[in-house]
Amino acid sequence: MKKQNTFIVVAAVTAAVIAAFWLLLAAPAFTGNEINMTRGVTSQSMINYQLHMIILWICVVIGIIVFSAMFISIVLHRKSKGHEAAQFTHSTKAEIIWTIIPVLILVAMAVPATTALVNMEVAPETDMTIKITGFQWRWKYQYMEDEIEFISSLHPDSNAARRLMSGTEPDTIENYLLEVDKPLVLPARTKIKFLITADDVIHSWWVPALGWKRDAVPGFINEAWTEIMEPGVYRGQCAELCGKDHGFMPIVLNVLPEDEYRAWARQQRQRMAHEEAEVDRLWSRAELMELGENVYAAQCATCHQADGRGLAPAFPALAGSKIANGPLNDNIALVLHGREGTAMQAWGTRLSETDIAAALTYMRNAFGNETGDVVQPQTIARIKNG
Amino acid sequence: MSIESTHSHEDHTHAADHDDHHDHKPSSLLDRWLFTTNHKDIGTLYLVFSLLMFFIGGSMAMVIRAELFMPGLQLVEPDFFNQMTTMHALIMVFGAVMPAWVGFANWMIPMMIGAPDMALPRMNNWSFWILPFAFAMLLSTLFMDSGGPAAGWTLYPPLSLQSGQNFAFVVFAVHMMGISSIMGSINVIATILNMRAPGMTLLKMPLFVWTWLITAFLLIAVMPVLAGAVTMLLTDHFFGTSFFNAAGGGDPVMFQHIFWFFGHPEVYIMILPAFGVVSEIIPTFARKPLFGYSAMVYATASIAFLSFIVWAHHMFTVGMPLTGELFFMYATMLIAVPTGVKVFNWVSTMWRGSMTFETPMLFAIGFVVLFTIGGLSGLMLAIAAVDLQYHDTYFVVAHFHYVLVPGAVFALMAGAYYWLPKWTGRMYSEKWGKIHFWLSAISVNILFFPQHYLGLAGMPRRIPDYSTQFADFNMISSVGGFIFGASQLIFVGVIVHCVYKSRQTATGRVWEGAKGLEWILSSPPPYHSFNTPPVIDSTTMAHADESH
Repeated sequence: MKKQNTFIVVAAVTAAVIAAFWLLLAAPAFTGNEINMTRGVTSQSMINYQLHMIILWICVVIGIIVFSAMFISIVLHRKSKGHEAAQFTHSTKAEIIWTIIPVLILVAMAVPATTALVNMEVAPETDMTIKITGFQWRWKYQYMEDEIEFISSLHPDSNAARRLMSGTEPDTIENYLLEVDKPLVLPARTKIKFLITADDVIHSWWVPALGWKRDAVPGFINEAWTEIMEPGVYRGQCAELCGKDHGFMPIVLNVLPEDEYRAWARQQRQRMAHEEAEVDRLWSRAELMELGENVYAAQCATCHQADGRGLAPAFPALAGSKIANGPLNDNIALVLHGREGTAMQAWGTRLSETDIAAALTYMRNAFGNETGDVVQPQTIARIKNG
Repeated sequence: MSIESTHSHEDHTHAADHDDHHDHKPSSLLDRWLFTTNHKDIGTLYLVFSLLMFFIGGSMAMVIRAELFMPGLQLVEPDFFNQMTTMHALIMVFGAVMPAWVGFANWMIPMMIGAPDMALPRMNNWSFWILPFAFAMLLSTLFMDSGGPAAGWTLYPPLSLQSGQNFAFVVFAVHMMGISSIMGSINVIATILNMRAPGMTLLKMPLFVWTWLITAFLLIAVMPVLAGAVTMLLTDHFFGTSFFNAAGGGDPVMFQHIFWFFGHPEVYIMILPAFGVVSEIIPTFARKPLFGYSAMVYATASIAFLSFIVWAHHMFTVGMPLTGELFFMYATMLIAVPTGVKVFNWVSTMWRGSMTFETPMLFAIGFVVLFTIGGLSGLMLAIAAVDLQYHDTYFVVAHFHYVLVPGAVFALMAGAYYWLPKWTGRMYSEKWGKIHFWLSAISVNILFFPQHYLGLAGMPRRIPDYSTQFADFNMISSVGGFIFGASQLIFVGVIVHCVYKSRQTATGRVWEGAKGLEWILSSPPPYHSFNTPPVIDSTTMAHADESH
């Protein structure tokens, strides 16, 4: 009788300890989203959340059963309690049972897992298409129907604060490392197709609220789709190691109701038309230097540094460099086409002619470089278009 | 570890009677260690080397956890951070865990199968002595202008092709490690298949020998694949080929397929010998034969087979066809079956035993519990749809560290404590061994458990800095990491004390419940283990004869 009581107490205590340990992982289900997978705002993310919770609970239950048996044994079957060792060695029946039961559990898991995957991968008819191009360490977004395109980079505030010993406390920056200069604006309740690719190395486009991530592979185009149910701001990050600033290429979605999205798209088209017109006019040196400084800070300073001194050995200095002080055409060609096998990008496909002209003017007349060159947007356009 | 030959004469086994006449250890240091062909000395070299690498790789982990202690960059530049994550993995996988298992194989396999030494002793010497050069080359890259490799241990192109001159060193270091592993494996297979004592049939071999036999075949199958993959990277980088360059007609994703065809069996190469060690230790301290010996052998073989057809579960996000994703999901889920069989058999071995909890048993139990947690999160990761959320987050980091640290590394510690008295002829300090276990077991959970939460909440892996919402759990994880790192110094202390200072001699049997051929030898065993083949009696094995 006494032995039985001990057994019950011990079993209860062990089960409680192990359950508590495992419930820690399951607990966020009741407390909010901070430490569990997000439910998200798409059908895919909600299915994934439910699937995640089902599998998690199955694992919790298996864990409790296995560990309870083990801890009961540890408590009861010890030599110090005078327990004599039994000498049984095998049981084919037991082996068959604990092979078949897991197989059945797995089959039960495979059914919803297959449905979810099919839903994820088989895209419905979509209403609009966004092409996403990852490159070190930014995202370029192209709206195929609306003919809008722009580059989205880490927000300057985060970018300054994230420098080694910057002296800025990360918690003084709103959405530290998860804020961009230009978010991807999307309409809610619209089926959107994404075409995802990369220009240099492999990146991975991930917004947890959408419920999936997809690799951006240079030379290949991956497809994914979404339909976002709720307007709002959703944040994510590059998920595939892509070099030194992998941790600093966030993704921000600004999801608007459809009419607001339409208004935004119109405004963007006007902006782009205005920029195209600007290419044809002659710019003053002061205008180019001012714009160039901004472009340099946003695009070039990551590698070549704000003071133009670079980061040896991978990222050469521009201050006093042979290229930034050498023949202009060589410098333009390098900026337009990049240099293979290095992190130097082909900027010709990424930045506007105006931005490239301004950046070149700036780097050839800053950091002590004194070429006196004024590079006109027209010149870049002419060279670019052969 | 047997620096001096101190013999316990308490055992009067026939081998012990012979050992004084056959203990011709070379007297000069150079002959003893550099030119050695002795399985025990080579085993010791492997183990000491892997311990050194464990600390080098571990200090890199400390740099990583220190930088991640708080949001913001306080200590290192992002590029150096990436060098640390890359080198930490390469060193721990190829320098710490794998050589440690080869060290155990060298020491234990001849003794467990009743052989005098390994089958190919000169090759044995060579396969060890390649390693210090390989790792000197790998580590030297940290002092180069271009820094060390920073593209992750998976060396995915095109990123890895952006590396500077260090890349050639990394590739050749990997080649050398591969050659070393293949030679070691050939030796293990030749020894097990040819040198067993009469009567030691395959299905009487201790489970550690079985798991190593299967591991050796895995190694021979996949190391050449890795060598091929890195050679293609080398020619892409330096000689203008385009295996993995889309602009030249290649495919970066092809590298991932080739790499993981190596990489997934590689994971089992690190864990199968752990299964073996745990299957030796639990019966000893439960004083009860291993439950379901032949099921354990078949489960190990099934896991090895499955390891070849699941590789693309590392690649669910690269854009595979739906049918491909379904196949790799189902195949991966299947691994849970033989792995479950193993866990159930260990629990059944403990069930109704007469257990004591010396340090090796504590580490073995820690292994079973924590490895199972890692196995269960692995099952979650197998679900392809949800993996599109888990992939490349800290959830994955938590998963593979659970199976590798309280998995493989705990099994190594368990094995080291288990056989240390056999190797040295002296007992280690049980008190400090237990302190080491409890500190490690608690801190490893503080270190890795919160990483599940981080991953689920959306923190990607391999980032040097993170958004402030991840701050609390990163700090907890780092604190756990520092305690875990410091606790391993106790391990070194216990070993050094045991080898040089301990005054408590070990008997040949060492543990009351120990069974198997290694325990009928003296402690320390004679220099050439069995000169006369022992007589195999199934009552002296750690597993019972299931044939009747």
